[in-house]
Amino acid sequence: MTQNSAVSQILEKSYEYGFLTEIESEKIPKGINESVIKLISAKKKEPKFLLDFRLKAYSKWKNMKEPKWADLGYPDINYQDIIYYSAPKDIDKKNSLDEVDPEILKTFDKLGIPLNEQKRLSNVAVDAVFDSVSVATTFKEKLAEDGVIFCSISEAVQKYPEIIKKYLGKVVPINDNFFAALNSAVFSDGSFVLIPKGVTCPMELSSYFRINSGDTGQFERTLIIAEEKSSVSYLEGCTAPMFDTNTLHAAVVELIALDDASIKYSTVQNWYSGDKNGIGGIYNFVTKRGLCKGKRSKISWSQVETGSSITWKYPSCILKGDSSIGEFYSVALTNNKQIADTGTKMLHIGKNTKSTIISKGISAGHSKNSYRGLVHIGSESSGAKNYSQCDSLLIGDNAEANTYPYIHSQRMNASIEHEASTSKISEDQLFYLKSRGISSEEAVSMMVSGFCRDVFNKLPMEFASEADSLLELKLEGTIG
Amino acid sequence: MSSKQIILEVKDLVAGIPGERILNGVNLKIYENEIHAIMGRNGSGKSTLSKIIAGHPSYEIISGKILFRNIDINSLEPEERSQKGIFLGFQYPIEIGGVRNIDFLRVSVNARRKELNQAELDSFEFEEWIEEKLDIVKMEKNFLDRGVNEGFSGGEKKRNEILQMALLEPIISILDETDSGLDIDSLRIVAKGIKTLHSNKTATILITHYQRLLNEIKPDYVHVMKDGKIIKTGNKELAIQLEESGYEMLETINK
Repeated sequence: MTQNSAVSQILEKSYEYGFLTEIESEKIPKGINESVIKLISAKKKEPKFLLDFRLKAYSKWKNMKEPKWADLGYPDINYQDIIYYSAPKDIDKKNSLDEVDPEILKTFDKLGIPLNEQKRLSNVAVDAVFDSVSVATTFKEKLAEDGVIFCSISEAVQKYPEIIKKYLGKVVPINDNFFAALNSAVFSDGSFVLIPKGVTCPMELSSYFRINSGDTGQFERTLIIAEEKSSVSYLEGCTAPMFDTNTLHAAVVELIALDDASIKYSTVQNWYSGDKNGIGGIYNFVTKRGLCKGKRSKISWSQVETGSSITWKYPSCILKGDSSIGEFYSVALTNNKQIADTGTKMLHIGKNTKSTIISKGISAGHSKNSYRGLVHIGSESSGAKNYSQCDSLLIGDNAEANTYPYIHSQRMNASIEHEASTSKISEDQLFYLKSRGISSEEAVSMMVSGFCRDVFNKLPMEFASEADSLLELKLEGTIG
Repeated sequence: MSSKQIILEVKDLVAGIPGERILNGVNLKIYENEIHAIMGRNGSGKSTLSKIIAGHPSYEIISGKILFRNIDINSLEPEERSQKGIFLGFQYPIEIGGVRNIDFLRVSVNARRKELNQAELDSFEFEEWIEEKLDIVKMEKNFLDRGVNEGFSGGEKKRNEILQMALLEPIISILDETDSGLDIDSLRIVAKGIKTLHSNKTATILITHYQRLLNEIKPDYVHVMKDGKIIKTGNKELAIQLEESGYEMLETINK
């Protein structure tokens, strides 16, 4: 396929994941209260410690206020108007894929994530989450040969309650923030990964989150533990149908890396972003945090954020182990009326800890794109080093880009470097490329992927090209 | 003369940016196998003319026409003009960070090849094909891996322009002050490249202030622009005269 026709095809597609799967779901009544939480917990046949965890979170949440500091300007959310649990009917955990509703399998086929054995990706294990529940996890047996546990968090609660009890809420405490508290009270499903000591996970692990129903919030919860000297690369993808109402997505992701372990967590977020006028779309309020607990451990976040009407997300690293490493590589693209407020926190606690932040924000249309980040060097963290680079690219005259870097250092000898730039795709650049036979759309997407190259290089191979074409798609109509 | 195909015709062209007229009736006819030089002081309209021919969106045509092989190109986008074989070598080539030179060149070449109904080149084929072209401008292969013009010296930028000309094989090349800011060695390389690429089926316009490029490339015609008009046309001798006596000489003629 030629470059030109590929681009024009992409440009014509608009949001190709906006379809709705007609399926019977079991939903609980709208609203949140103690009995709703008890109902969710009962449906999932949870042990008492987890119900207590939820109820405690709920009582904290009731007294918390939505954070307003990011100035996201959305109308108040009526938390009693949301359904907190929705599952395809008769979902009670299937033993094999043959028993999963064919409509759901078709849905994932359409999303490019085939689950059945003939078609599925050969080197990626997938946990597929549909609304509030995980419907299938591939390659479980193969992974089990290496002792890798990869399953839905609901299954992990049943099978490995001691591990869940030990780690859940330890990186993101239940009262960490308003949305994390809400998630802790009502989380429905998500993925669980445990890589045992000394094991390099033999394949990419991936979760695919699909919101299907319009009035249901999605509150997924992911927990990844990498034991000593183990490593794993995990990727998540997200899409949702187009509705003209806003859907709340408030996830919590916790990562824990022990001595010499490494976790690479990549996200391609493509929730429905609302229409040109900002009607509809997902409110993506997510808390992601990794704890480098062990010495020389490493946690690396890469994200490509292109969807959602509002993104509020700061994947962070607590660098507790000596010589641990935290990384954050981000591309956030906003168009039309989208708002993204994203960045990271690097908390240097251990000695000789290192962090790298590379953030690329692209704002088009009437959108607003902010980088917000904190680098904190604690009093015990001798020899800490940070390098941050935050670049913004503006397309057109109506978009906004902001950078809010916060640096707190309690040590004199810490090495902290911060570079920032804001640029605009100039008419002269565009003319230069056009005068070489390249169309406006192709010129813009070329310049945007050039701008993002540092970050794309960090993505797993399978994702890098997907991310690239996703950006092209999202840039539809930004020029001329 | 009559058997020669006309390539470019500019007819009574009046044009400018909103609120300011820059060209005040330019007339120019260029046939295949011809090299034209356009000279004149800063602000005389030379660069504007070249940008308008290439389709720069900041300029508007108030009256008059530009015909490329007898077809009015006024409504064509810059990329369509390029695909059809109009090439503008920029006075100040733009830096485009992060975009690899070779990726840019390949997309550009394939756009032109598509117009010519030639098969497009994949990255392997292209890499092979470009190697011989690099020699024309004496460029090293590592140029191709750098960002487009990113951190290039003045001479490297100009050589990159000539490389693009070599790759696109245009029908008409308009080279806007390609000689400015070049040391003598780079000037020779660039001039040699231009000569190599000029053929009896193509035409070349050299926009320049100085005689020195014209010592390397002998033009068939020399035009002098002033206040948005061509005030005198002659042959190579005119350029030499200008070098000796300056533009004042013409200003008195013009009065």
